[in-house]
Amino acid sequence: MAQSKDRKLPAPTVSAETEAYWNAAAQGKLLVRKCTACGELHHYPRTICPFCFSDRTEWIEASGKGTIYSFSVMRRAPVPYAMAYVTLAEGPRMVTNIVDCDLDKLACEQPVKVVFKPTEDGPPLPMFTPA
Amino acid sequence: MSIKGKAYIAGIYEHPTRLAKDISLAQIHAQTAKGALEDAGLTKDDVDGYFCAGDAPGLGPMSMVEYMGLKPRHVDSTDTGGSSYVLHVGHAAEAIAMGKCKVALITLAGRPRAEGMATGTVPRSRGGTPTPDEPFEFPYGPTVVNMYAMCAARHMYEFGTTSEQLAWIKVAASHHAQHNPHALLRDVVTVEDVVKSPMISDPLHRLDCCVITDGGGAIVVVAPEIARSLKRPKVKLIGAAEAMKTQMGGKVDLTYSGARSTGPASFAEAGIKPADIKYVSIYDSFTITVLMQLEDLGFAEKGKGGRLVADGNLIAGQGKLPFNTDGGGLCSNHPGNRGGLTKVLEAVRQLRGEAHPAVQVKNCDLALAHGTGGSLGLRHGSSTVILERE
Repeated sequence: MAQSKDRKLPAPTVSAETEAYWNAAAQGKLLVRKCTACGELHHYPRTICPFCFSDRTEWIEASGKGTIYSFSVMRRAPVPYAMAYVTLAEGPRMVTNIVDCDLDKLACEQPVKVVFKPTEDGPPLPMFTPA
Repeated sequence: MSIKGKAYIAGIYEHPTRLAKDISLAQIHAQTAKGALEDAGLTKDDVDGYFCAGDAPGLGPMSMVEYMGLKPRHVDSTDTGGSSYVLHVGHAAEAIAMGKCKVALITLAGRPRAEGMATGTVPRSRGGTPTPDEPFEFPYGPTVVNMYAMCAARHMYEFGTTSEQLAWIKVAASHHAQHNPHALLRDVVTVEDVVKSPMISDPLHRLDCCVITDGGGAIVVVAPEIARSLKRPKVKLIGAAEAMKTQMGGKVDLTYSGARSTGPASFAEAGIKPADIKYVSIYDSFTITVLMQLEDLGFAEKGKGGRLVADGNLIAGQGKLPFNTDGGGLCSNHPGNRGGLTKVLEAVRQLRGEAHPAVQVKNCDLALAHGTGGSLGLRHGSSTVILERE
């Protein structure tokens, strides 16, 4: 049993392109960028679609559900933490952490749900916890 | 148009130091340049092309060109991390084929040990204009080791690869390093030693990770007529390829690397198959790096790399695919956290018959060197060269 502990998180750098993403995070919502030209969703969010290069992209709210694609528990750190890629139910995979969990009990394809963790002086970060 | 046969590697040099407390970055670049030019039988004034990457102090190639007193008519400071120097060999051949230079010098230097850099276990600090990916990655704590570890974790999940199979890669490197007097780690280790070493980031143990060393190296690539005028054995470039592998807008796939493109492309240019290769230099930042690249280059079917590397199959004199006979980055040297250049050096030594006798591959006429730069689990550059002894 190695229960995860909260650790100090640096704030993300917010830009005009991604401000809405972080404002939504502050309200407990996870956004994904969708291209209305080709229909693809992508992450991290961009104004121009990385698949078809259309500039007709918009925000949609994700369900916050997903599965662990891969993970690694960083043992050699002041506070060990679980680095991960999570596959969102909507499709895209994102870099994140798995939190509020037993670090020794994580597995690929395990179902997880989004939680938001505060940063030192910025918007909270979307992370995931076992569902 | 192809670079096949258009350029030769005429000079190589690896700096013997592994801890450069009293030598500057610029000094290491110049010392390795001098060593490689002397190895080739050329002088500084013969150099008309200069190649370096982000490890060189100053803006692109400018400060080093000035420091060394070079007069290049062609420069290239493409930076794809540790794979840069493998890529530079290909770019040098392109420039030579186009008549833009005849004697291309490539240098590398780094001092992460002397500078006390926490290389693999701390997220690389931000600075300057943030990259577009930075807000979505940096705050989560990605380090070099945990991002490679995630590739290993997924490989294990999908294909059943084991820690013991990965450990064999380190075991083979250690068998080779015992013969290299300059290697940082010269003790032969066992599979048990690797899997019982402390866990750094699951599933990678301390002995799955490369060394952190200061030092550097240099390569001299020349036009065919220059190679013919020199007394050194002729090592001809017959294939080269480069690729970028990214998160693909969220369609992340950690099970393969950019070598999936560079392998087939370089083999096609060379007109040979993986089975023809007698020796491979494979980028070995971590054991998983080697396994994935060997699969992607075509030495094993995807998912079966674990079987390829197990049971000593990578050990010179024992196995079918001798690799990194200098001890590689896992045991000998990973100068400046950039291991691509030293990969080319040992491939050239093998083709010349100048590797240590204990690890020299018999009749070594075809060799491959491959590099991965950046982060295997985030985004990386891949480059491959195929070399032939003439």
